[in-house]
Amino acid sequence: MKTKAASLPYAVWTFIFIVVPLAMVAYFAFIDEAGHFTLENVSSVGQYTPVLARSIWLAAIATVICLVIAYPLSYLLSRMHVGRQKVFLMLVMLPMWMNFLLRTYAWMTLLERNGLINRFFALFGLGPFEMINTQGAVVLGMVYNYLPFMILPLYSIMVKIDNRTIEAAQDLGANSYHVFSKVVLPLSVPGITTGITMVFVPAVSTFIISRMLGGGGNLLIGDLIDLQFLGNAYNPNLGAAISLVLMVLILLCMSIMNQFDNDEGMEGALL
Amino acid sequence: MGENCIVSLKDIVVDFDGEVVLDGINLDIHDKEFVTLLGPSGCGKTTTLRIIGGFVEPASGDVFFDGKRINEMPPYKRPLNTVFQRYALFPHLNVFENIAFGLRLQKVPEKEVAQRVAEMLELVNLKGFDKRGVNQLSGGQQQRVAIARALVNHPRLLLLDEPLGALDLKLRKGMQIELKRIQQSLDITFVYVTHDQEEALTMSDTVVVMKDGHIQQIGTPQDIYNEPKNAFVADFIGESNILDGVMHKDFVVEFAGRKFDCVDKGFEKMENVDVVIRPEDIKVVPAIAGQLSGRVESVIFKGVHYEMVVESAGFSWIIHSTQSQEPGSSIGMNIDPFDIHIMHKMEEER
Repeated sequence: MKTKAASLPYAVWTFIFIVVPLAMVAYFAFIDEAGHFTLENVSSVGQYTPVLARSIWLAAIATVICLVIAYPLSYLLSRMHVGRQKVFLMLVMLPMWMNFLLRTYAWMTLLERNGLINRFFALFGLGPFEMINTQGAVVLGMVYNYLPFMILPLYSIMVKIDNRTIEAAQDLGANSYHVFSKVVLPLSVPGITTGITMVFVPAVSTFIISRMLGGGGNLLIGDLIDLQFLGNAYNPNLGAAISLVLMVLILLCMSIMNQFDNDEGMEGALL
Repeated sequence: MGENCIVSLKDIVVDFDGEVVLDGINLDIHDKEFVTLLGPSGCGKTTTLRIIGGFVEPASGDVFFDGKRINEMPPYKRPLNTVFQRYALFPHLNVFENIAFGLRLQKVPEKEVAQRVAEMLELVNLKGFDKRGVNQLSGGQQQRVAIARALVNHPRLLLLDEPLGALDLKLRKGMQIELKRIQQSLDITFVYVTHDQEEALTMSDTVVVMKDGHIQQIGTPQDIYNEPKNAFVADFIGESNILDGVMHKDFVVEFAGRKFDCVDKGFEKMENVDVVIRPEDIKVVPAIAGQLSGRVESVIFKGVHYEMVVESAGFSWIIHSTQSQEPGSSIGMNIDPFDIHIMHKMEEER
């Protein structure tokens, strides 16, 4: 009874700030300007399939790059001396405390046609290279901004892998490759799925990064939604419908991932 | 290197960040022997085991296996297996897969894997547990899986690092007997690390007593108990009364304010020595009939015997006796010459 009473504020909170808004998004997605029921919003999302596909594609690339960078890094981090681990974790998190916009803006000045990087290359008579307003720049922005979200869950699952478990594998005849494939990798699956979730979801719906680094030609689904609410294309009903479709897609991705996670029989995933 | 030596350590020195952990260890381990490394925590016994396992490389000195130097051989190539402290089972694998781990790496055919794992489950009394997750097992069961996982590879040498440390007393006793049975039935060498002197005496053929990175004594359990080489060994192996004494000449020692006959010789004239007397070797007699007399300070019932503390000649004696005495009463104490153990004073290390 006591726990029930204690959970009441959270239940109310959940209802007001999660259930109701979700219901409202769904409601707006299925009405037209006049307030009549319609399927047109949802069905017209189909015309934005290229944007949707681009969003998922770029977010997926960024997620894979994050994983490739973060996995070895997290492993090394987790095997370090405890004191050093703290320093390095601090360094990983430090950029996160700087404003997101500022960080992305900084990349603009670096990548611009007259930016620092091109000016550096110019010293050697190279360039200028077309770096800003490309898909590569968008992916770079995603990786840069979301990398810590991959490192942290990987690191926190890897520090829990007991060194003796690794030694036990070596003792039983496992070389470095087998230690990795038979012990470290299976034990870090929950960290991998959590990391993927935490990078992919914000990356697929970002609009700041694509706008600042991708220019006009690389609109992502986030930009599209933003346009429907705050932009020239003002159409909240369509915006709600795109959001809804995006949400369903993400849910689908996540449930596939969790399936994979559950197969490993490990707890600790985020969703 | 002696006859039929399976492992030899020669002048092993190990230091961690400048702190010397092992200081010149020389040890021969014979084939099919049950050897126990015994000592208080921090004495270097686990490090010695890890040297043999290949997890620690000595700063100097050599490790031999079957007469071959194996200093640089990585753990996974060494023909031995280890039962780790707190088991270190693979949490993502069930009992069967944990035990089969080593066999799978050797690419043993599936049929043989199943057969050998089943044999092991039988050996450690875990039949029918093969599909369980290891986290569902009790400490004692996890222990058995760890032993089976190591033994399934048919190693000639098994290293055990305080394997019973996390079990309760009763389970521990049972597992001690079990381990000894397994060692004898498989006819292989065990090197066992513990800080529990009783465990060491119960199971071992040879006990190696260690302290501060040095070996203090190597011997059979009987030797170690009855003929401890110095006061540290005497004190660590069972309770002891350790007194300062002076060796007057061969067979005559003075301590507790009087001279005693003893069976030791070969000391310097008037050498300062440690005198060690086991609590159960002191006979309680009427006050006037004793070589020494004292006052009973306390009596504790210990089950098989009473433990008494007796004040005499400025020393608190511990006496084990099946007969209780009234606290505060005066008693006499007799000690037979062969129960008086004389030892050179330990040199202060470094």
